[in-house]
Amino acid sequence: MPRIVSITLQNTDTARPIIEAITTDNPGAVVHDYPGIVKIDREGSLIIRRASVEERIGRDWDPQELHLSVVSMAGNVDEDDDYFSLAWSH
Amino acid sequence: MNAIGKLGLKQRYALLTRGLDWEPSYQPRDKVFPYAAFEGIKVHDWSKWEDPFRLTMDAYWKFQAEKERKLYAVLDSFAQNNGQLGLTDARYVNAIKLFLTGVSPLEYQAHRGFAHTGRHLPGIGPRIAAQMQSLDELRHVQTQVHTISHYNKFFDGFHDWQHMHDRVWYLSVPKSFFDDARTGGPFEFMIAIGFSFEYVLTNLLFVPFMSGAAYNGDLATVTFGFSAQSDESRHMTLGIEVIKFLLEQDPDNLPIVQKWVDKWFWRGHRVLGLVAMMMDYMLPRKIMSWREAWDIYFTEAGGSLFEDLARYGLRPPRYADVATAEAEHISHQNWAIFYQYTHAAAFHTWLPSDEEMDWLSEKYPNTFDKYYRPRLEMWREMEKEGKRFYNNGLPQLCTTCQIPMGYTEPGDPGTICFRTSEFRGETYHFCSDGCKDIFDDEPEKFAQSWLPVHQIFQGNCGGASVEDVLRWYRMNLGADNMDQAGSPDQRQWDAWMEARRRVAG
Amino acid sequence: MTIDIKTLKVEPRRQTYANIARRFGVDKPASRYEEATLDIQATANFHYKPLWGADHWHFDEGRTAVVMRDWYALRDPRQYYYATYNIARANQYQTTERNFEFVEKRALLALMEPAWRDTVEFYLLPLRHAEWAANMNGADMCDRGYGTAVTAPCLFAGVDHLAMAQIIGRIGLALDGNTGTSLERARERWMTAPEWQEIRRLAEDTLVIGDWFEQFVAQNLCIDGVLYPLVYGRFDAEGQRAGGAGVSMLTEFMSDWSAENARWADAVIKGAAAESPENRALISGWFATWSRRAADAWRPLAMRVLGEAAGAAAADEASGALTARARKLGLDV
Repeated sequence: MPRIVSITLQNTDTARPIIEAITTDNPGAVVHDYPGIVKIDREGSLIIRRASVEERIGRDWDPQELHLSVVSMAGNVDEDDDYFSLAWSH
Repeated sequence: MNAIGKLGLKQRYALLTRGLDWEPSYQPRDKVFPYAAFEGIKVHDWSKWEDPFRLTMDAYWKFQAEKERKLYAVLDSFAQNNGQLGLTDARYVNAIKLFLTGVSPLEYQAHRGFAHTGRHLPGIGPRIAAQMQSLDELRHVQTQVHTISHYNKFFDGFHDWQHMHDRVWYLSVPKSFFDDARTGGPFEFMIAIGFSFEYVLTNLLFVPFMSGAAYNGDLATVTFGFSAQSDESRHMTLGIEVIKFLLEQDPDNLPIVQKWVDKWFWRGHRVLGLVAMMMDYMLPRKIMSWREAWDIYFTEAGGSLFEDLARYGLRPPRYADVATAEAEHISHQNWAIFYQYTHAAAFHTWLPSDEEMDWLSEKYPNTFDKYYRPRLEMWREMEKEGKRFYNNGLPQLCTTCQIPMGYTEPGDPGTICFRTSEFRGETYHFCSDGCKDIFDDEPEKFAQSWLPVHQIFQGNCGGASVEDVLRWYRMNLGADNMDQAGSPDQRQWDAWMEARRRVAG
Repeated sequence: MTIDIKTLKVEPRRQTYANIARRFGVDKPASRYEEATLDIQATANFHYKPLWGADHWHFDEGRTAVVMRDWYALRDPRQYYYATYNIARANQYQTTERNFEFVEKRALLALMEPAWRDTVEFYLLPLRHAEWAANMNGADMCDRGYGTAVTAPCLFAGVDHLAMAQIIGRIGLALDGNTGTSLERARERWMTAPEWQEIRRLAEDTLVIGDWFEQFVAQNLCIDGVLYPLVYGRFDAEGQRAGGAGVSMLTEFMSDWSAENARWADAVIKGAAAESPENRALISGWFATWSRRAADAWRPLAMRVLGEAAGAAAADEASGALTARARKLGLDV
């Protein structure tokens, strides 16, 4: 069975650059649109990079700001100054 | 003064937070943490705890305040603009009634329960995470009360939500679920609520249901729902960290944790049957079927999760296969119970329209036409003849989940499932093997259950007649209960829609 | 579809929830504080006795000897519910954040005389552990207390103490150049320095108080009532002569907080004591015990910071002010 990690974000102005950063940085990520939310799945792991989001919004971005947009997730979390990641251990 | 180096998030959090704890010497440790040992869980080294999120209080306040500012702006505007007029249909409001009376009080229980573990878990990392969750859960109940306050002004069935939660027969299902968790030890509570409910099952409550709210024009509910979910992902992560930590600390923890995972999966599955019914029958515009939601959020997400946890020897919850098979039936069986007892419920019921039945046939090709459509069509005929079917008896309840015994045998949807156990000379009844196992493992606990039907027969619920009992529930008869058609809610909605048509010319 | 609501008759059928209307005696609009606070805790028909203490239900009035006809009589004068509480604290902390930037940019902590800097390290940094005990007590009172009007603010106060422990930690990091060595030293002092031992004993003793309202009196009135005026009043004033203005800025949060929190703690204690002579006697007894212990515990540290005579006088003064406050709350002192 594929080990899917997943993150669901609100479909808002704040979240859209994050969604874009995720899809760019995570080849193979699958995006599902539901009313009000976007669910992104990927096999194994998924990363959100501070630099990629900052590039898109033109200001400093703290990965903890993710707390404002996230709706759900699946996978083990690792959070640091420069990234936020989800993974299943192998 | 030394030159100031920059500290990474993890290091900074460790210094500011993890370092606060100390080993007491004026009071014995087991007096400071009196509940740490009795469940048999062994923890050798709390410093091995990995913080899932590293929020200091100031960061917590900053993010949460921003969420609240946004949320209350939406609530104010919803109220000022009479947002209820934008709903797809008045029937939708009944789902919110069930939510306020059945779910919001659980948020409150979670608030107090996490205050308990936020004091009593012997490790500082999980203690702080539990305290933040306690705060979040208070947020959830309070934002729900505020959101739904507007609905209460215009619709019936909301007015005495907490009073009803403590008394009404079907609300003892969610209430006993949470009472069970609250009265377990701190580790069982973390597995029951933090892991099993938050991680494995809460998505099934919030994500499809809130998408449903979005789909049905309920801007207020969708806003509090998604805003609450943003805390929920923090909670889920705490849940998974707790289970991994306990399993890593000592192999002796495995059988205890496994037993809790089995128990709380089944308990949660039973409670969520109410959500199944909301999704399949109560949303006028449907987002996805319960079956589909179950596949995405339990089979797929839960599958990856339990595969990950298999390295500790943990297996998927017992009876997960039975629950998955039940996903084909449970919403239909639950709605049928409420239809029959609509006179005793604080929300309205109805029979699905032809279009809705076709949707159910499409979503449930194996079961709906075969088992459930014929009964609904029969009831429809009876309504036409002026003989709307009411069940005037009081149902037998399962001692564990407290749901009326209306579920069928696994693999045999024509036969009601009955199980019994003997304890101290009494016979106890159950709806399923899952519920019977739970009782058999803790009979002293579950023999205490405050079963609404027993209580009514014992004269503890306001009187001998159904009407006495409903008045004791503080139900406004003829307004809160009975069919949607002809209810004051529906009459008012029709008047609004009529006026709207006149305005539109 | 757009709707012209002006031409639609949309009249509310009720103004508030029925439990609130019953309390008011009339159906009229209620505040958000009222709707989200009053009666929201379950009160009846519990299913199982706790495995961790079968002598009570998980929500039970009997976990204190204080008796109230209505626990919701003990309201929070600040009318905090989650949103207003969080927004208030977020705003308050913005000032703290700016103060940290200001102090760091201008290296204000470096202006302290070395001896005073050592004193600050000695009296302020170990305090974060006492704040952590206060945090646990806040969670404990929220857990064991009865009625949301009291229990919700108990948790708020608890996490406020966590925040203040973290502010002290940040001051430590600002002093030691982000190495954490000052915090290590502070922990050692908390565990072994004679001036800190009675304070630590007091903290540990409050963690095991059996009656949650007694814990409320011990923590929110007696300990907070001695600690904050001494540390952020007297000690801070002493530092002004030694270049301590930076520390004052960084601890402004604590001064503001203690004044605000005291309004709530006073309202709860005053209300409970006014309920009956029995309550008043109980609470007065607890006050006598814990206020004496708080003053005694803090005296050695005050003497170390302010000098023997001045320190003893400051502890007595704090204790005297606390007694006067208790008298105003209706306690027999």
